[in-house]
Amino acid sequence: MSQSMSPESIQVVSRRGFLGTIFSAGAFVLGAQLLPSEAQAAKLAADTAWHPGIWLGLEPDGTLIILAHRSEMGTGIRTVLPMVLADEMEADWKRVKIEQAIGDPKYGSQNTDGSCSIRDFIVTIREAGASARLMLERAAAEKWKVPASECKAVNHQIVHKSGKKLGYGELAALAALQPVPKSTELRLKSPSEFRYMGKGVPSTDLSDIVVGKGTFGMDARVPGMVYASIERSPVYGGRLKGHDDKAALAVKGVQQTVVIDGFKPPHAFQALGGVAVIADNTWSAMQGRKKLKVDWDLGANTSFDSEAYKKSLFETARKPQKQVRNIGDVDAAFAKADKIHEAEYYVPMLAHAAMEPPAAIAEVKDGKATVWTATQNPQAVQETVGAALGIPKENVICHVTLLGGGFGRKSKPDYAAEAAILSQKLNKPVKVVWSREEDIKFDFYHAVAAMHMKAATDAKGRPTAWLQRSVFPTIGSTFDASAEYGQEFEMGMGWVDLPYDIPNHRAENGPAKNHIRQGWMRAVANIYHAFAIHSFIDELAASAGRDRVEYLLDVIGTPKHLDLEAQGVKYWNNGKPIKEYPLDTGRLRNVIQVAADKSGWAKKKPTKGRALGIAAHRSFLAYVCAVVEVEVDDKGQVKIPRVDIAIDAGQIIDPDRVKAQLEGAAVFGTSIAMLGEITAANGQIQQSNFNNYRVARINEAPYVTHVHLIPSTAIPVGVGEPGVPPIAPAIANAIFAATGKRVRDLPIRKTKLV
Amino acid sequence: MVQLKVNGTARQFDGDPEMPLLWYLRDLLELTGTKFGCGQGLCGACTVHVDGVATRSCLTSLQSAAGKSVLTIEGLSPAGTHPLQTAWKACAVPQCGYCQSGQIMQAAALLKEKPKPTDGDIDQAMQGNICRCGTYQRIRQAIKQAAGVKA
Repeated sequence: MSQSMSPESIQVVSRRGFLGTIFSAGAFVLGAQLLPSEAQAAKLAADTAWHPGIWLGLEPDGTLIILAHRSEMGTGIRTVLPMVLADEMEADWKRVKIEQAIGDPKYGSQNTDGSCSIRDFIVTIREAGASARLMLERAAAEKWKVPASECKAVNHQIVHKSGKKLGYGELAALAALQPVPKSTELRLKSPSEFRYMGKGVPSTDLSDIVVGKGTFGMDARVPGMVYASIERSPVYGGRLKGHDDKAALAVKGVQQTVVIDGFKPPHAFQALGGVAVIADNTWSAMQGRKKLKVDWDLGANTSFDSEAYKKSLFETARKPQKQVRNIGDVDAAFAKADKIHEAEYYVPMLAHAAMEPPAAIAEVKDGKATVWTATQNPQAVQETVGAALGIPKENVICHVTLLGGGFGRKSKPDYAAEAAILSQKLNKPVKVVWSREEDIKFDFYHAVAAMHMKAATDAKGRPTAWLQRSVFPTIGSTFDASAEYGQEFEMGMGWVDLPYDIPNHRAENGPAKNHIRQGWMRAVANIYHAFAIHSFIDELAASAGRDRVEYLLDVIGTPKHLDLEAQGVKYWNNGKPIKEYPLDTGRLRNVIQVAADKSGWAKKKPTKGRALGIAAHRSFLAYVCAVVEVEVDDKGQVKIPRVDIAIDAGQIIDPDRVKAQLEGAAVFGTSIAMLGEITAANGQIQQSNFNNYRVARINEAPYVTHVHLIPSTAIPVGVGEPGVPPIAPAIANAIFAATGKRVRDLPIRKTKLV
Repeated sequence: MVQLKVNGTARQFDGDPEMPLLWYLRDLLELTGTKFGCGQGLCGACTVHVDGVATRSCLTSLQSAAGKSVLTIEGLSPAGTHPLQTAWKACAVPQCGYCQSGQIMQAAALLKEKPKPTDGDIDQAMQGNICRCGTYQRIRQAIKQAAGVKA
């Protein structure tokens, strides 16, 4: 089923019923109903109700108000989706006002992750815009008593062929009375008619941000609120035995302490539990918390030690495990092979470390809760807060602020639950503020992963057999504490979808026990899978003495659509039908060729201390190839003077925001490759702030990233994540080419390069 | 009693003199353009100018700011037309935007000291300011544009 909504489901709705006070009494309000993701479609069908979707309102003065229902964490989506609607409606962007939607299932999914805002909503939004445009044309036709075919929308006006014009605002009331067009009546713009799509507009928040006026979750305030800072168990699952708050209460500004009960497994997005210090301001709350004396029963996870855990992951990875893809006969091919290659790769735990630590305000009153927070998923706030308070989720209102970064962390609203629990107990609004130390120590971590790789090659160095085995604690443990194997979506992130043309291939996945909160982080399981696969293929190419680009194209083989289902593989394809979003190795080949060409690959031969590395990866339905140039000096210091990224993400809606996402991905990937590592000892996270959890700074980041957009008319897909996976292997491959040193354990900074 | 100037306005504070300037600005004066990122002077999100010098407000107690003049992002240019703000918009630097107040304040101090900064100057001045979205190349571009030096 496609994401397209049925235009019959677009209705002119009562302002009062749906829109509260956003629109004035005379506004023409068009409510589009939409089908969100397929996953929800079944549920919706069972509910027998359509959920109202994207909303726009046209004021009599011509102001067009568009609701942004997805969260803004830096991708530009809060601007871009409304821009699409305005374009399709032939509206003037200068007349558009964007309002952020509260959390409500009527909007469809608001979970802003998985790089899915564009791909899941663009058709729906375009159809909503086209419907509004047609209704305005018909309104003008009625007023002028002419055929609608003689009326055309042009930049916020309807123009008759005689030349007479009416502004959108003047037509608002009459447009609202038009019947909603049928799907067969709608005409979507052709690309030559696009006013904004394919070109882009400045972010709606840009002017506010440069003067410090953008309101993030950390910046929100409500009258009468108190501030809370929370002490939590240093070990996951630890239980509070008792606490002494005398010294905390003596801190100026501290009002009281409040206990938050521990979570019940599975933890999901529940509050972890702990002791909250309530104060007049953030500083007093934090100072008070430092003075708490808390006695914990730390529980079973004190056994969690990253060194020992790494060993156990590799022990598992060296033994046969659950097969998730199997072609030909790998064992037979190994048995008769002349040359066998083996390598093991390791990616540590990682923290999201968005610049804005988690923060939330909640006000619980009369059985209802109102939350203001930086969240990627306001409906999860409703559910989590509702469950925490024992009230229906419909009684939770979630206002979404700007997010100071998200990267997946802010899909998980444990911090909103904390604020709500405290507000319910204190009967006043509470703002919970996490410190950076809390953010690093109580994250939902990107999983540590161990990968065991084995290949046999022929005389030309081409693989005849390929075995890959991954072991990592699964995100599934968030919702099922006993889960130990990778979920289908994790396996579908660069593991069962290996795009190489190898006659004998087996992919396996082994179990890992979980001792911590796992969570999805930008690009998720693609990060470690891509690191292992694209490092290993580079090792094979190096062993064969072949040019990497030529070798990659050879191993990918002739362009084709991979049919994994025919191979008996369960492949999620990001929840999208494989026929509409094929795994097209031709597009993968193309980004490799473009990135190689634009980077000057053929001319820049490796020299001592300076070389290029390449990696190409399809994720989130987009095809990305990165060529990274590194310089390694005689002290082993790495610099990245240049990155070239080619991306094929289908139709490009806002080229500059796409480029920005890819530039950012190069930096995020550099942090993963070079710097980031979270470790545990005795169950406790050993990092605490940016001094020991390193992320790339301006002097460590790529000096310049050139982004090459592949022109395409294919269905548009998201770009927030797919830039990340190829960066780390491309860096490691470049370092190998420059130094002869193969780094298989991240972060690279831990390996002496010269 | 601590007396200081914030964005040109005389202020008095009689709370805990150890309170960092950051929280005074954010919680008491409601000047939330100055951001909390790490509390340890490691990320630069809280950068303001104290007597013209780029300073981490999270590590600056009110006591130590006594008698001094504090400039925050809200006061950098009343109309938001400081050359850096203009360049920031022209280069579409921000992604999430959270660190950008600190980046701009740090860059403003750099340009006062070195109106025509080199890449080395920019690395030196800006490496204390983390941007997790990774807008560094546009930050560099915007600084150069504001300074009128070649990219």
